[in-house]
Amino acid sequence: MTAATGYNFAYLDDQTKRMIRRAILKAVAVPGYQVPFGSREMPLPYGWGTGGIQVTASVIGPDDRLKVIDQGADDTTNAVSIRRFFARTAGVATTDRTEEATIIQTRHRIPETPLAEGQILVYQVPIPEPLRWLEPRETETRRMHALADYGAMHVKLYEDVARFGRIATTYDYPVMVNGRYLMRPSPIPKFDNPKMHMNPALQLFGAGREKRIYAVPPFTEVRSLDFEDHPFAVQSWDQSCALCGSTESFLDEVVTDDKGGRMYVCSDTDYCGRRRDRKEAAE
Amino acid sequence: MTPLLKVTGLTRMYGSRLGCRDVTFDLWPGEVMGIVGESGSGKTTLLNCLSARLEPTAGRVEYDTREAGMQDIYAMGEARRRMLTRTDWGIVHQNPRDGLRLAVSAGANVGERLMAVGARHYGAIRSQALQWLDMVEIDADRIDDLPLTFSGGMLQRLQIARNLVTHPRLVFMDEPTGGLDVSVQARLLDLLRRLVTDLGLAAIVVTHDLAVARLLAHRLMVMRRGEVVETGLTDQVLDDPHHPYTQLLVSSVLTP
Repeated sequence: MTAATGYNFAYLDDQTKRMIRRAILKAVAVPGYQVPFGSREMPLPYGWGTGGIQVTASVIGPDDRLKVIDQGADDTTNAVSIRRFFARTAGVATTDRTEEATIIQTRHRIPETPLAEGQILVYQVPIPEPLRWLEPRETETRRMHALADYGAMHVKLYEDVARFGRIATTYDYPVMVNGRYLMRPSPIPKFDNPKMHMNPALQLFGAGREKRIYAVPPFTEVRSLDFEDHPFAVQSWDQSCALCGSTESFLDEVVTDDKGGRMYVCSDTDYCGRRRDRKEAAE
Repeated sequence: MTPLLKVTGLTRMYGSRLGCRDVTFDLWPGEVMGIVGESGSGKTTLLNCLSARLEPTAGRVEYDTREAGMQDIYAMGEARRRMLTRTDWGIVHQNPRDGLRLAVSAGANVGERLMAVGARHYGAIRSQALQWLDMVEIDADRIDDLPLTFSGGMLQRLQIARNLVTHPRLVFMDEPTGGLDVSVQARLLDLLRRLVTDLGLAAIVVTHDLAVARLLAHRLMVMRRGEVVETGLTDQVLDDPHHPYTQLLVSSVLTP
């Protein structure tokens, strides 16, 4: 698709990109720290990925190849419209394949295919502040970050264990980045948390409404919070994917009729589709 | 022996209005100091200044820290000060709702300080919480209940347990029995007295209730219009008041 005329490359003006790039550089320099930035209005509503789209617009170049996923899928409304947005305004190539992409903008998942050095993973973040539900005051949460005063976060985990006998948080599971900053990994399932640890790709997080950017540089330590006697564990399923048979991927439960019929399928459509192709080719 | 807390010339102004003026005293380990006076006399201002929650306009508050000896609490870094207030100190608020997290269970309330200083073993945190709930006479089966379901007296006791769990050496109490009925007050006072003697706590208790002061405090400071008008041993001050205001205060107590 050719780039639309009348727009600057990748929609944002150069001053804005410069400001966002500065914020990104700072975020990369201080892993997990939330850098405030002047979030712009984008041609899509808050909550649909305005933060991620601004970060992508600032780091994308004409030679990049973009993949956009929403809950792991390449073909949902949000993913399709953001991919088309960049195809139009920047004229960049797009792809569904994880390993071919240089930039992957994601909502709520990390692809199953391991990322490589040189790739950038851009997360869309609704609420960047991990301490928000414990402490409503922004001045206070900033102070807590500055003093690494994170005891309150364990109160929440304690409450989970006391009530449910285990840590019941399953998504947006708080992590400690580089042993210093507490970070909200955006609402990815905790299944994906271990993938953030020592990941060779650069991970950038953009929160448009809350006007914050933070980052996990390549090969950075990312630890999920837990108790010694209730260690962090990811979800597991009794089923395997009904389409590709994978037992290692994150499965979505899909209700198929109103008689209790349901199936479990991979949430990562690219991963699932490619596995099926390979199986067919082998037969 | 060095004092635990050394206060010199402490003054706090609210603009041109006076909070408290030129307060000087030493608090020794294991000693309970009572601050009495009418409302508006600057008791709470003084307590807030002492407990590092309100920066004084002038004067010094020094505390004998475990690591570095006497240190001015307003000169040390904020991280240090926070650590101090949540390990070596306890602050019991008049309204227990100010000192508790109402949305999390009693056990989590007691365990919070432990987790803040790095406890990461759920079983250990929970057993300590149980032990402290027992110390303040709260039934063990209430550990997972929200404080919202507790009575006023229980809330106050829960708040005390939450403060004492890290074995502080100094506890600040602002009207610890305020808003409780007399029988609950009596039980709470018994409990406080027992804890203070058993644990060797030093405490500063602000109260307008002279009976509370007599029961708990070893030493009294009488405040009026932001200034300390009389100090001395509790019995001495209450039985033989010298300052006219103290005489008025003592004679105003209703005896049933």
